[in-house]
Amino acid sequence: MKSWKYYLGLTAVGSALLLGACGGNTAEEGASAETGTAGASTSQDAKVEGSVAGDGSSTVAPIMEALVEEYTGTGTDVKVTVGVSGTGGGFEKFAAGETKFSNASRPIKDEEKQKLEEAGIDYTEFLLAYDGLTVAVNPENDWASDLTVEDLKKIWVEDGSKKKWSDINPEWPDEEIVFYAPGTDSGTYDYFNEVILEEEDMVKDVMLSEDDNVLVQGVQSDKNAIGFFGYAYYVANQDSLKAVSINGVEPNNETIESGEYEPLSRPLFTYVSNEALSEDAATYDFFGFVLDQAGDMAESVGYVSLPEEKYEEGKEQLEQFKK
Amino acid sequence: MRITEKPPARVLIDREAVAGRMGFRKAVNAAFSVLFLSATLLALLVLGVLFYRIVSQGFGHLSPAFFENFASRMPEKAGVKAALVGSLWLMAVVAPVSLILGIGTAVYLEEYAKKNRLNDFIRMNISNLAGVPSVVFGLLGLTIFVRALALGNSILAAGFTMSLLILPVIIVAAQEAIRSVPRELREASYGMGATKWQTIIRVVLPGAVPGILTGSILALSRAIGETAPLIVIGVPVIIQFLPAGVLDTFTALPMQIYDWAKRPQAAFQEVASAGIIVLLALLLAMNSVAVLIRNKFQKRY
Repeated sequence: MKSWKYYLGLTAVGSALLLGACGGNTAEEGASAETGTAGASTSQDAKVEGSVAGDGSSTVAPIMEALVEEYTGTGTDVKVTVGVSGTGGGFEKFAAGETKFSNASRPIKDEEKQKLEEAGIDYTEFLLAYDGLTVAVNPENDWASDLTVEDLKKIWVEDGSKKKWSDINPEWPDEEIVFYAPGTDSGTYDYFNEVILEEEDMVKDVMLSEDDNVLVQGVQSDKNAIGFFGYAYYVANQDSLKAVSINGVEPNNETIESGEYEPLSRPLFTYVSNEALSEDAATYDFFGFVLDQAGDMAESVGYVSLPEEKYEEGKEQLEQFKK
Repeated sequence: MRITEKPPARVLIDREAVAGRMGFRKAVNAAFSVLFLSATLLALLVLGVLFYRIVSQGFGHLSPAFFENFASRMPEKAGVKAALVGSLWLMAVVAPVSLILGIGTAVYLEEYAKKNRLNDFIRMNISNLAGVPSVVFGLLGLTIFVRALALGNSILAAGFTMSLLILPVIIVAAQEAIRSVPRELREASYGMGATKWQTIIRVVLPGAVPGILTGSILALSRAIGETAPLIVIGVPVIIQFLPAGVLDTFTALPMQIYDWAKRPQAAFQEVASAGIIVLLALLLAMNSVAVLIRNKFQKRY
């Protein structure tokens, strides 16, 4: 009996503590909102309030995180949240009307367009930055330093046989190729599938992973490995990976920005609901900031900024929604 | 009386043969004890390596600033504030919801429900539910709470989904605990003139509390570490504010850790490790409460 009461007391105290902790946070939140208001009132006359929710590609996420961080740093009252469900998952939520914008590491597909149309959601596509899909091999691999698009296709398309390096070029070692690729749900996979495989099946014994670091580690640990992933992952691991030149062009900031690194230089997008842009001041305000800062933020997290005129084009498109 | 006559001893135990096999039997015994010990050690070794790696990678990153900062693109400025507060909020919803529903169900099934086919069917399916993968509960939560009830990706929606996920575990644990309260106590209570409700609230539940709480805390620990349902119901990762109520959106520790671990920059791996330390500390704290309760109050009867 005694301990039953003791427990009641313990539970009560425990939940009080928990709620107390939460209450503290609410108070803190209130305080930070106040300072936010102070900051906003000095920087702009009309105070914009509201919340903007987005979702989509995890490739675009680092840029978005940087943008949201800086945007919040300006002292705005707009609350932005971004999820990382992947390009496809993001569009699903976008079509369900749960988000106001959707990040994508590939252009929108026809069936996704159709879904959005059925849901009655008009959207505008904005370019954020470039990413160079990097095909990488182990540093000990001294043969495959330059491949053509045809070579890549020959390497990656499933033809029923075990692929060997010597199949591509007789002078290369007679050893089996080990494959690493991003998961089939990712925009990175879709993009490679489209431009290199041309919708044919990828080799069956490929090691797929949603986590690009796993691909990096795989290529680092096997002399016969080949893999592809975002440019940022190559830049972060330059010492232990070798990037393959495509048609004689190696991936770097200049070749990716100029589009010379072709066809694996890919744009990163965000799709924004037109209705949100014109009706919701918060969304408009946030995207004004995005198009202003996307280049710098992209560079800071390992991507390549677009030429300035592309951002100007985006801003012009955005202007149309100004009330 | 031939039956009671003792047979000669050597027919029952052939001492020489036993002595001869002794060496072999001891060797088998030793071999298996080594085998089982190494099985135990292997699990411990893996845990030790994991622990060492996480602590050596992440400890340097733990600082007061780590708890005060939001996530950032710069690893040195990245903090766990939004995720930690989000996880605590989530627990504040999950704990009461799952405890009330779970213990209520267990009391009904053990004390009130008659033994018939329907109730057997319910019991069996609650046990089955405990084995359903968490991502399936995520989809259920997405359909019911996020879309049908229009709660969006709020703390409430996530909390209800997580509660559903751990309910079967809590129900089963509470049923076991209630069942372990001796029948004589109930009968004594009835004998004193107590009603069924009085017996349950004054005799059965107090006796079952240690078991119920132990099971519940272990289940809550599971909820705090789950990622899949949160991803499915669309909980964001990039968020620079704290929730002000249960209808606000939030992020949670496991989501944040997963996001960091996927980053290309090596420095983010350290941040992820620091996040894991925070999550582990939270889990250990919860589990140690469970252990404390178990040690202190087990075998009251």
